[in-house]
Amino acid sequence: MKFSNSKLIKNVNRIKKGIFRHWQLYLLVIPPLAYLIIFKYVPLIGSVIAFKDYSFAKGVFGSDWVGAKHFIRFFKSPQFKMLMFNTIGLSLYQIIAGIMPPILLAIALNYARNRIFKKTVQMVTYMPYFISTVLVVGILSQILSLNGIVNQVIRAMGAEPVHFMGDPKLFRSLYVFSGIWQNTGYNAVIYLAALAAISPELYEAAIIDGASVWKRIFYIDIPSIFPTTVILLILACGRILSIGYEKVLLMQNNMNMQTSDIISTYVYRVGLISMQYSYSTAIGLFQSVVSFVLLVLVNRISRSLNETSLW
Amino acid sequence: MNKGKTKNSLSDKMFYLINGLFLLICLLVVAFPLVNVVSQSFSSPKAVISGKVFLLPVEFNLNAYKHIFQNKLLMSGYKNSFIYTSVGTLINIVMTVIIAYPLSRKDFIGRNAITGLFVFTMIFTAPLIPTYLNIKNLGLLDSFWVMVIPGAISVYNMIIARTFFQNTIPVELFEAAELDGASDLQVLKNVVLPLSKPILAVLVLYYAVGHWNAYFDGMIYLNTESKFPLQVVLRNILASVQMIEQMVGSVTLQDAQRLAYVEVMKYAIIVFGSIPVILLYPFVQKYFVKGVMIGSVKG
Repeated sequence: MKFSNSKLIKNVNRIKKGIFRHWQLYLLVIPPLAYLIIFKYVPLIGSVIAFKDYSFAKGVFGSDWVGAKHFIRFFKSPQFKMLMFNTIGLSLYQIIAGIMPPILLAIALNYARNRIFKKTVQMVTYMPYFISTVLVVGILSQILSLNGIVNQVIRAMGAEPVHFMGDPKLFRSLYVFSGIWQNTGYNAVIYLAALAAISPELYEAAIIDGASVWKRIFYIDIPSIFPTTVILLILACGRILSIGYEKVLLMQNNMNMQTSDIISTYVYRVGLISMQYSYSTAIGLFQSVVSFVLLVLVNRISRSLNETSLW
Repeated sequence: MNKGKTKNSLSDKMFYLINGLFLLICLLVVAFPLVNVVSQSFSSPKAVISGKVFLLPVEFNLNAYKHIFQNKLLMSGYKNSFIYTSVGTLINIVMTVIIAYPLSRKDFIGRNAITGLFVFTMIFTAPLIPTYLNIKNLGLLDSFWVMVIPGAISVYNMIIARTFFQNTIPVELFEAAELDGASDLQVLKNVVLPLSKPILAVLVLYYAVGHWNAYFDGMIYLNTESKFPLQVVLRNILASVQMIEQMVGSVTLQDAQRLAYVEVMKYAIIVFGSIPVILLYPFVQKYFVKGVMIGSVKG
């Protein structure tokens, strides 16, 4: 008892000394911590309005408690099934379709023989990453508009022009493939970094053994970038419900609503357009909690499977 | 060099051929829409509406751009975005460095707890409405500061910076500086920052591109048109035919021609909105690759 007490005092003294000696470091973290509390944790606490009937007059803490009313209303609402289906469908489509393109591009770039050609391809392919979402959607809807280049080609082949942006059946594909168009170059850079880290001796040994390029790709490159793929997949799975409103909101219109309405856009519409603050918060909180649980879960699975994890 | 050439040379040759073709296709698929949009914007309305424009402008003219440069909203959007981006990025850099530096020091007691607090906000985000109400309660709605402060620190960028400080600056340097009687702030100014130019460039790039391209915060927090950043203006204009018709209002046209004119205007507005990115891209792209490399090193 006495022993542990003296140990505790020693520890406290050590901490005091450490803080005293580095007081400037503690001074430095005050503004960032204040920022974190004011702009990130206060809204988290403010999420209690999901369990209340928020009224402007009474404020966040004065409003009346209503328990899980808003959650139950959401789960029972006719939109619930559709929103879940649309959100998960869009996410999974995006994840699955997005795995291969950056890997293929990175490997192809890695084996490109002409340096100038390689640099050109690289520069052009990751340029779209810098274009804003507003403009990417602008480009997409211009190219696919009735007078756009795609429909001109369709007309020239004698077929009927397609109203791409208004077709609910096409929304998901347009969303996913414009995303691939924009992000493949960027994601490929991550894989290129992983490929660059492979020891050249491995390749030399393989070449001496007479392994063809195909074999080197399958037995050296792909196993080497596998951990990176897993990390990216973990990140993606954690965000399966929280797929962002930014781009969907820009592509959404009255005609494609039946497939383009996802949880995030619904939260935005119910909250900021029809001002049902508590209901919108309840849906948003549901989304955050599920995402959080998913992320922790997938991370744990991946850690036990192959020793790669996020934290 | 290729010692194993004999056996597999044919299959290897095939590989390099397919590889080159594949890269060429990637290049064309990415570049074609961009080239087409630019060419459409420099073509005549008649050529655009009848679908004659593929790779090069048809009946080259600059009329669409003349209207754009006369549009007050677009011009003020440019100016606003420029100011939000510069002030916002400055705040980002200062805030990110002053949190990443202490967290990178192994002798900073409490670093794990503080890192945890930050990382938690990245994996558990507050819903939209409480965030909006918080901004409202702080009196920031429709103010200049709402565009630069709420995103002051990106946890992801903070982790990149912290990892960089940890991995590139040897602990011995801190110890030596401390022995010489340098305070922690002096160490930051005279040791850490001079050694961290690459990471600072990366942070500036990431944050600045983020500010320039963001539209959502501007859309929900700002009401006054004259404060709108460029992306919000672009979104509003591209979504409404009336706004573009107003821009070309001075030109007397028949309805069919007016429609054609609006189409060209849309292309030109897209190009106009991308100019800063296109101009800066060649200079910043090498830092950008560096950033991905640093970011992909797990810390």
